[in-house]
Amino acid sequence: MSTTEPAVELHGITKRFPGVVANHDIDIEVAAGTVHAIVGENGAGKSTLMKILYGMQRPDEGTIKVDGVEVALHSPSDAIARGIGMVHQHFMLADNLSVLENVVLGAERLHGIGGKARRRIEEISHQYGLGVEPDRLVEQLGVGARQRVEILKVLYRGAKILILDEPTAVLVPQEVEELFGNLRDLKREGLTVIFISHKLDEVLSVADTITVIRRGTTVDTVRPGDVTARQLAELMVGSELPVPELRESTVTDVPVLTMDGVTVRDATGRAVVDDVSLTIHEGEILGIAGVEGNGQAELVEAIMGMLPLAAGVVRLGDTDLTGMATRRRREAGIGFIPEDRHRHGLLLESPLWENRILGHQTRPPNVKGGLIDRQGARNDTERIVRDYDVRTPNIDVTAASLSGGNQQKLIVGREMSGDPKLLIAAHPTRGVDVGAQSAIWDHLRHARAEGLAVLLISADLDELIGMSDTLRVILRGRLVGEADPATITPDQLGSLMTGAGEESAA
Amino acid sequence: MIHRLFARSWTRTLVAAFVALVFSIAITSIVLSISGFNPPSTFQAMFEFGKEPDSIVNTLNKAAGYYLSALAVAVGFRMNLFNIGVDGQYRLAAMLAAAAGGAWSLPPVLHQLVIIIVAVLVGGLWAAVPALLKVTRGVSEVISTIMLNFIATGIIAYLLNPGRLAVQLGPNNIGTKTISRSGRVPGTPFPGTDLKLYSLLVIAILAGIGFWFMINRTRFGFDLRATGLSQSAAVASGVDARRMVVMAMVISGAIAGLIGMPQLLGESYTYSLNFPTGIGLTGIGIALLGRNGPVGIAFASLLWAFLDVSSQILDFNDIPKEIVAITQAAVLLSVVVVYEVVSRVGQRIDQRHVAAQLGEVAA
Repeated sequence: MSTTEPAVELHGITKRFPGVVANHDIDIEVAAGTVHAIVGENGAGKSTLMKILYGMQRPDEGTIKVDGVEVALHSPSDAIARGIGMVHQHFMLADNLSVLENVVLGAERLHGIGGKARRRIEEISHQYGLGVEPDRLVEQLGVGARQRVEILKVLYRGAKILILDEPTAVLVPQEVEELFGNLRDLKREGLTVIFISHKLDEVLSVADTITVIRRGTTVDTVRPGDVTARQLAELMVGSELPVPELRESTVTDVPVLTMDGVTVRDATGRAVVDDVSLTIHEGEILGIAGVEGNGQAELVEAIMGMLPLAAGVVRLGDTDLTGMATRRRREAGIGFIPEDRHRHGLLLESPLWENRILGHQTRPPNVKGGLIDRQGARNDTERIVRDYDVRTPNIDVTAASLSGGNQQKLIVGREMSGDPKLLIAAHPTRGVDVGAQSAIWDHLRHARAEGLAVLLISADLDELIGMSDTLRVILRGRLVGEADPATITPDQLGSLMTGAGEESAA
Repeated sequence: MIHRLFARSWTRTLVAAFVALVFSIAITSIVLSISGFNPPSTFQAMFEFGKEPDSIVNTLNKAAGYYLSALAVAVGFRMNLFNIGVDGQYRLAAMLAAAAGGAWSLPPVLHQLVIIIVAVLVGGLWAAVPALLKVTRGVSEVISTIMLNFIATGIIAYLLNPGRLAVQLGPNNIGTKTISRSGRVPGTPFPGTDLKLYSLLVIAILAGIGFWFMINRTRFGFDLRATGLSQSAAVASGVDARRMVVMAMVISGAIAGLIGMPQLLGESYTYSLNFPTGIGLTGIGIALLGRNGPVGIAFASLLWAFLDVSSQILDFNDIPKEIVAITQAAVLLSVVVVYEVVSRVGQRIDQRHVAAQLGEVAA
C-alpha cells in the first residue's frame, strides 16, 4: 500500500430514497493520518453518508475506495474488515458489564475473553493514551470515559479509519478538549479520523480538512486556517445565521414560578433534585446550565407534576401546585416544550390536528364539555401552522412525517396557546435546522416580551448564554452557582457545570 | 395516487385484511391438498352451506357474541392494556345475571334490564380486580387476568351446584333457575328458516356505535388512544395513567358482561353446563384481525362466525372440520405481520409525500 493514497475516497456517491435524494454527487477524499471533519446542518445528509461508508446502506451510484482499492460494503462487518470503525453518537455499552466485557462482546474470536484480551486492551489504551481501565464497570464511568471505551472498542476490532458521529454532543468543553487530545494521539499513530459535527469552533480547532455538506451534496472542502467559523456556518446553511441574543431586559418583580426547597428522590432514595429553590419572574428567561443527567429532566418533571416531590413547594403565582396533577398544572398555565419531543411531546402516528389537542385536551378550542371539538381543534391547528410557519402540506398528515424542526415548531405553537404564564423549554432547538432555530428563538423573545416566565434548559451553551436573563448551574441535582449571562463565556460556564469552579459541591 | 390510497388508516386495514385472507386460504388449500382433499370443492361446499338461511341465522347469532367480546378486548388494546380475562368476565357475569334473572320475578322490560345491568356490573367489577392490582401493586394485567379466568371457572363450578345457585335441568345437566317469560327477549324471524335471530343483536350494534363514539369523539377516548399510542406523551400531556387503566379495564369488563346476553335472554334462559365458553379468548383474535376498530371487528367476527358455522358441513364430507382452525390461525398470524408491513410502508409514503410536496431533502 502506498502512503500517498487517500485512506478513503468517495466519488459521485448518490443515494435515493423513492421520492427524495438523500445524497447526490458526494465527492470526498480523506488523506491518511488526518482528522477530516464533515460538517452540515441536521438533515443535510451526513448520517446517510456515514451509513453508506459504514456499510449500513448501499449507494445507488458512485464508488468507495479504501486505501486506493475500490470496495463494495454490504454490511458493517464488511466495513470493519476493511478497517473502518464507527463510534456512534449514542453509546452502545452495557452499563452493568465491565469495560473488558464490553470491549470483547461480539469480538471474542479476536483475543478471547481472558488475559490475552486484557493485555491487548491495556496495550491499545497505552498506545493511544486513552487511559481505559479494563476492570471498571461501565456504569461507574463518566461520559468522556465511556466515549473512550467506545473508541477503544473500535480500535480493538482493528479499525484504522474511525468515524465519529457527533462525538462532542454529549460532552462539556473540558471533556471535548480531552477528546481532541485523544484524536491527535490517534492521528500521530497513523490512524485516520472522520469527524462529523455541526459545532464549528470544535471542527476548526481539531480538523486538518473540512468538507461541508448542504442539501445532500458536498459544497466545499476547506482548510481550517482559511476560514472563520462564521464563513463556515454560512457555507453550511447557504445564508446568514441567526444569533441567540436578548434585547433590553423585560424582567419584572412579579414572581411566576417559585420553587422552595424542592427535592425529588429516585427509586433508591438518592436525591436527584436536591433542595432546589428558585424564582422566575414575569418577562424573565431563567436558563439552567448543567451536564446532561444532573437532574434537569427530573427538575422539569417535578414542576410538571410527573414526579412526586420528596420535599419542598412549587408555586405558580399564588397557586400552590404541590401535589396537583399534571393536567391541573397545565390548566393553571404551564406550557411545556419537552426535551424529547418524540417521547413526551407528540403522538407520532396521529395527525397534526390531534397533536394540537395533546396536553390541551380539557381546554377550548379543542373540547366542548366531554367531547372533542374537531372543527375547533382543526381551525386552531391551521392557525398554528400559519403563525409558526410549520411546513406541512396539510394538517391531516401524521406528526411523524414532518421534519424535526417542523415538529418542534408545532409543539412551540401549541404550548404557547391558551395563554400560558410559564413556559418550560427543554432543549427547544435541539435537532432542528437553522431556520427553525431562529424562529423558535424569536418566539421565545416574543413570549418574554409579553410577560411570560420561561425556564430554559439547554446543552447548547451559546443558546443558554444568549437567551437567558439569569443563569443557574445545576450539578448532581443541586443548584450550585449563578452566572451573569452578560459576562460569562462558554468556557467559564463549562467549568461551573463540571463543578471545577469555586462553588464545587459534593 | 398510491398516497391517496394509503392516506387513510381504514384502507390500510382493508388491504392488510385482504392480503391476510388470501394468504390463509392459500395455506388452507395446501393443507387440504396434502391431506388428499380437493380445495375448491371443499370451499364450495362450505360456501353453499354457509349461505343457507339456517346458517345465516346461526352465523349472525354467533357473531354477536364474538363482536361484543372483541370490542371488550379492543377497549384495552387501544391503550396497550391486555385484558385476557374477558372470558372469565363474561362467564361469571352471565352466570350471576342468569341466577338473578331466575330468582327474581319482575315485570317485562324491567326484568330484562335488571339482568343486563347485573351482567354489566359483574363484568366490570371482575375486571376491576386486575386493574386495581396493576395500579396499586404493579401486577401485569396479562398474568392476573389469565389467572382470574381460572378463578372465575372455579367460582362458577362452586356456585353452579344444587343447593347454591343451580337446579337440576335434566338427567345430565344442571343450571341456574330458568328465567321466566317476563325476562326473555323473543327472537326475530328470518325468512326461509324456523330459526330466529337474537333480538339482542341490537346490543352488539349499539355497543359498536357507542365504542366508536367514545373512542373518536370524547375526551376520554382521546386520552385512551393517546395512552395507547405513547404512554409517555400521554402522561406529559396530563393524562392520569392509573385512572385510565382502571377506567379502561372496567369498561372492557362491562362490555364483556354483555357477551352472554343475546344467548341467555334469546335462547337458553339459563346458565347451564352447555353455556358457550371460550368466546372471550376468540375475541382476542377477532380484535386483532379487526384492528381494534368497530367496523373492522364487525367484519372479522362475521368471518369468524361464518367459518365456524359453515365448517359444520365438512364432517358430512369426511373432512375434519378442524381444518377451519388452520384457516383462522393463518388469518390471524398473517394479519399481524401484513398490517405491520402495510403501516410501515404507509408511513414511509407519507413522509416522502410530505417531503416531496415541500421540496425538502430528507435525511
